[in-house]
Amino acid sequence: MADENWKPKIIAIICNWCSYAGADLAGGARIQYPPDIRAVRVMCTGRIDPLFILKAFQDGADGVLVSGCHFGDCHYLEGNFKAAKRMFLLKSVLKNIGLDDKRLRMTFVSASEGAKWGTVMTDVVKTINELGPSPLKEFAR
Amino acid sequence: MAEVKKYEEPRIGVFVCHCGTNIAGSIDVKAVMEYARTLPNVIVADDYQYMCSTPGQNKIAEAISEQKLTGVVVAACSPRLHEPTFRNATKAGGLNPFRFEMANIREQNSWVHMHQPEEATSKAKDAVRIAVAKASLLEDLIPKSVPVEKAAMVVGGGVGGMQAALDLANAGIKTYLVEKTPSIGGRMSQLDKTFPTLDCSQCILTPKMVDVYRHEGIELLTYTEVEAVEGYIGNFDVTLRKKARGVITPAEAEARGIVGGGCTGCGDCATVCPVIKPNPFELGMAPRKAIYIYHPQVSPLIYTVDFDACVKCGLCVEACDTKQAVDLEAKDEFMTVKVGTVILALGYDIFPIEKKFEWGYKNYDNVITSLEFERLICASGPTGGHLIRPSDGATPKRVAFVLCAGSRDNTGVGKPYCSRFCCMYSLKHAHQIIEKIPGVVPYIFYMDIRSFGKMYEEFYYRIQDEGAKFIRGRVANITQDPVTKNLHVNAEDTLLGRPIDMEVDMVVLAAAIEPTAETEKTRRLFGVSCSQDGWLLEAHPKLNPCGTTTAGVYLAGVCQGPKDIPDTVAQAEGAASAASIPIHRGEVELEPYFAVCMEDKCAGCGLCVNQCPYQALALVEKEGRTVMQVTEAKCKGCGTCGGFCPGGAIWMQHFATPQIIAQIDAFLLGGEQ
Repeated sequence: MADENWKPKIIAIICNWCSYAGADLAGGARIQYPPDIRAVRVMCTGRIDPLFILKAFQDGADGVLVSGCHFGDCHYLEGNFKAAKRMFLLKSVLKNIGLDDKRLRMTFVSASEGAKWGTVMTDVVKTINELGPSPLKEFAR
Repeated sequence: MAEVKKYEEPRIGVFVCHCGTNIAGSIDVKAVMEYARTLPNVIVADDYQYMCSTPGQNKIAEAISEQKLTGVVVAACSPRLHEPTFRNATKAGGLNPFRFEMANIREQNSWVHMHQPEEATSKAKDAVRIAVAKASLLEDLIPKSVPVEKAAMVVGGGVGGMQAALDLANAGIKTYLVEKTPSIGGRMSQLDKTFPTLDCSQCILTPKMVDVYRHEGIELLTYTEVEAVEGYIGNFDVTLRKKARGVITPAEAEARGIVGGGCTGCGDCATVCPVIKPNPFELGMAPRKAIYIYHPQVSPLIYTVDFDACVKCGLCVEACDTKQAVDLEAKDEFMTVKVGTVILALGYDIFPIEKKFEWGYKNYDNVITSLEFERLICASGPTGGHLIRPSDGATPKRVAFVLCAGSRDNTGVGKPYCSRFCCMYSLKHAHQIIEKIPGVVPYIFYMDIRSFGKMYEEFYYRIQDEGAKFIRGRVANITQDPVTKNLHVNAEDTLLGRPIDMEVDMVVLAAAIEPTAETEKTRRLFGVSCSQDGWLLEAHPKLNPCGTTTAGVYLAGVCQGPKDIPDTVAQAEGAASAASIPIHRGEVELEPYFAVCMEDKCAGCGLCVNQCPYQALALVEKEGRTVMQVTEAKCKGCGTCGGFCPGGAIWMQHFATPQIIAQIDAFLLGGEQ
């Protein structure tokens, strides 16, 4: 398991209106961050079925990031509240199956927070690097 | 509808953009294109310098018809920028435009991994693989057209809001102009003169106020606030709170059967009113009664009762006599109007500059703000246009102007941004006192003079020639001589490189501006985002500066960011033009990201119904079973129901579960393990 060439595989499921726009803004500002995260865009974090995240872990993801609008700023009023509740519950499920719940993270990055997006990216990659490869990796597929 | 429409076999075309060197500078575009050719379902892959150019778009259209593609992937910039462009190209090739998926390899790749070409290329390959997986499962979608209500609303009756309302109404659109204070006019009506032409502010504003008041196409709703907003572009239902004014208009009097009644603005009521309050229009420097108008030029000329101050003695009712205009039992009223589009022109407030305690505002009598200066120098102001020291009424001979007071301030107390018009109005203030007070010397403490507009730099030279003294340096603190109430301005003259302690008679702080107290509440009602500094966020700073991320809601004036009057009016005209387009078209297309119930899977539990913030879902009886039904016109496509359904029975069009799972699988299970 101790593969020296291991690079974390992290998936970010992010909302169209805030975090995706914030990530675009980080690009415009040329804010550099580690290239280990791949993004999947949804219209709202409320769209994220907890099964998506479990599927990602089952597929061997080392980390999953969910990022949406700040509370009160949701383009759809309250989708991010509902997502946050689901992620909170999901974290306890992850713990129960023996997966470090730090592998799942929810952040709130607005469309004007390009710099924050860079910080979040750097921080998530750092956390996952510290945790090492997911124990589910060898069972993937 | 709920079934996945599929062609026999997905046939995907992948097009990778160089974007000059924006992408090709850090990503090996050829390698990404070659890699795409190895992916399942990919029939053709190509690359081009600029995919968004006409030849680039033609490549897509040609490939669709030649290769009978069922899906298109473009790896380029952000879908938030060019998704509409490439959807059009997809459509031009004869394919449903929703069979298009974009891989963002610029904003979220080449630009943020500029010095890691290998990793960036590998990430781009992953992004293409993820996009191809989704494109393979995309289906035809038909946007829903909805009719647009032939009416618009402008929130905020300052110069920007008035201009927008006039433009809309002149274009034949019924316009509701909502203003929270008793009169339209906004901040501009508080100003004495405008730079650099030195036009009298009221003189150029009041004709516009009258135009707005008289315009048949404008329904003016002063002393009114937005209470609730429902609906979407074309069909907003806006609930307004008409605050209890306590005075009725002639029209309202007629409706109540009072012949020749209603407020004529004569002022007899205010003459007898025993309650005296500071007038906020004069920033508290002049009194007003509990029944009041702000100033003689208010529009509409209708008095207003301040029910917080009113003692209900009834003297005003007696004074009004047969006109019966005063109604001290008035209550707030609510009304709902239907409009197609909305313009927010919410304006600004002055930053509470007393927070910068080192300048002594509110502690020292002779430290005032620029807006207070405007009222003091204005002929219709509390002193009849005589600039006096608040401490003793004397005419000041040495006046210091402190620029960037709370602006360009990174201490965390003030505002980091430039408030943009303070330099120019301070130059104007210097001119005004030189003109009015013989022998006066204005001292302007500045960081940089930002005179960026048309004829502004020339105005700056003129003020220099007129004798204003410019000192480049930030004011550290201001102290007061306790006997004379004169002020000592302590600063560093950064051009001469030495400290200054200057005694002056008066200090004028060019205080920063900030969003109004109501901006936060109003923007949330309309679902508009804000920047980090609290100003409302435009859809795109260059390409869509009047739009917002909420379709059908537009921005005008300072609420989007500090602007002077010409820029505010220009943006208002732009916003009015943008807001009139959907109304004149008569219908808008909504993105077809609706939820669809897969009735064979739906157990009718109804858990989704409470998840929907728009009440778009309901349980219905169908063929003896309870199933969920979506009202498409209400569904905005967030997918919160789809993320929650325990049976997986909700198909979120364009973001369907199999499509998203395919993306996750493509990233984690596909490619080089």
